[in-house]
Amino acid sequence: MNAQTPGAAFNPQEVLRAQVRWRALEIIFWVATLAPFVLTPNYLILCSQIAIAALFALSLDLLVGYSGIVSLGHAVYFGVGAYSAGLLAKHGWGEPISGLLFASVVTALVGYLISFIMVRITHFALIMVTVGLCLLFGEIANSLHDVTGGDDGLQGVKMWSIFGIYRFDMFGRTAYVYTLVATFLSFLVLRRIINSPFGLSLRGMRENQRRMPAIGVPMKSRLQVVYVISACFAGLAGALSAQTTQFVALDALSFQRSAEVLVMLILGGAGRLYGGLIGAAMFMVARDQLADMNPQYWYFWLGLLLVIVIIFLPNGILGGLAALIDRVRSRRS
Amino acid sequence: MTEIALSTSGLNKKFGSLVVAGDISLELPRGARYALIGPNGAGKTTLINLMTGMLAPDSGKITLGTEDITAVPPDVRVKRGLVRTFQINTLFPNLTPLEAVTLAVCERRGEAGVWWKSLPSCKAAADEAYGILSSLRLGEHCERPTKQLAYGQQRLLEIALALASKPKVLLLDEPAAGVPKEESGELFAAVAGISSDISVLFIEHDMEVVFRFASRIIVMVSGRILVEGTPDEIAANERVREVYLGSGHV
Repeated sequence: MNAQTPGAAFNPQEVLRAQVRWRALEIIFWVATLAPFVLTPNYLILCSQIAIAALFALSLDLLVGYSGIVSLGHAVYFGVGAYSAGLLAKHGWGEPISGLLFASVVTALVGYLISFIMVRITHFALIMVTVGLCLLFGEIANSLHDVTGGDDGLQGVKMWSIFGIYRFDMFGRTAYVYTLVATFLSFLVLRRIINSPFGLSLRGMRENQRRMPAIGVPMKSRLQVVYVISACFAGLAGALSAQTTQFVALDALSFQRSAEVLVMLILGGAGRLYGGLIGAAMFMVARDQLADMNPQYWYFWLGLLLVIVIIFLPNGILGGLAALIDRVRSRRS
Repeated sequence: MTEIALSTSGLNKKFGSLVVAGDISLELPRGARYALIGPNGAGKTTLINLMTGMLAPDSGKITLGTEDITAVPPDVRVKRGLVRTFQINTLFPNLTPLEAVTLAVCERRGEAGVWWKSLPSCKAAADEAYGILSSLRLGEHCERPTKQLAYGQQRLLEIALALASKPKVLLLDEPAAGVPKEESGELFAAVAGISSDISVLFIEHDMEVVFRFASRIIVMVSGRILVEGTPDEIAANERVREVYLGSGHV
């Protein structure tokens, strides 16, 4: 808060700038994402899945955390992105980067069409419609067996090397570099969006939908834009998943995936930029470790963790940390 | 002063069989200070909702300047200069006043849809927002989340947000609602300081304040305009005394 030097004239621009400045912890966080290459080289495949889940959670955060819109069907976009990238590669174009772009454009289009329904409804109706769409898309993919492989999954996805040089190896080294770079670049874009005037208007919608029209905000068109952006990045995450595993399972579109990504976000802390990233890492590592101990009952531990976190840290792990830091600071001063 | 900033003609609205607005016709001249009074449930807030488009009238016409805005959506009415505040604080609890007012300024300037520029680069908007906040003596509180502000400061922020849209016509729904009588003076000092280019219509229950600030008074009862006149005319009006002032209010 003390962005101003005492005695100097108040500068509102500096106050706003202080909030968007890169913090040391952020830089440490991103440097730490490189640690697995050295520390846990046998877990790089898991790491790339974490990066994908993190990007997926981040795309949902734009809706849930920043705009205050709950969605229980976000896997629709993940799945559309995954199938778009997978089908493109299966039918002869395995170049990864153009595949990513293709998939995110397709998903953005789907998001744009769906947004016309979304801006008409709110609250419970919205949650139900997102669930409904998720089931709908899942069944469509299931019934189009000839195209998607149905519940056998999409087989025969062949990816070319990145830049014609880096092959997707079986240890997941290339996959992790690739997903990490894609997630980081997406993060940079999303961070800018959140710190833009548009991002401020998203937070305004979250804080008070009634006031927004009274200050001249066209809510519907603003919401449509955020749906498209969110869908686009969810699709990108799905495409990364399809390309790095060279396979798309039907569960890419499942209700379970929609619920899981929401759990990741709530665990980590919605509306905090890093909440989805932290939540995704915790969720994926916990699943990996707990499923090793007992593959059937790991949801028990997940359920327990979720209940404890929500009761004691209603704003997620990052929200709890932020409150703790605030308390320590105010005690000191 | 004969230029009409906002007018309604034959405005009707029913909720079921209840008439909440019955044949409301009024004219608000440019730069005017009008008060809208009446007992609870008279339809004063409903009238503001109708004027701003938050409710659609069953029949009738609303004109802003020379333009028929009856079918214009609420956010577009704001852009054309018809702005309101709310009787119950309708703010952004977790935004700071600086952020909230900057948002409203950005929106007016057509910058709020921009997602590729960072917020601090909108220097002109931030400066203007701070200027508005300072003029309402909220400058030193502009970095705290809105929910931490004192209630009276939140009432001032209601007005600050409205001013950020550069209104031609400002509709204030009980600006001092809930503020102790001894503090409401400060709020009305803020209202009095509003540029004389802006036409103001305000709802208020405190007769002392109404008689001090309003050049004309409109009295509503049961969804209809009972009488309109200067403060002296209203004070002398027998029917007003009966239905409103007579109930021990003054």
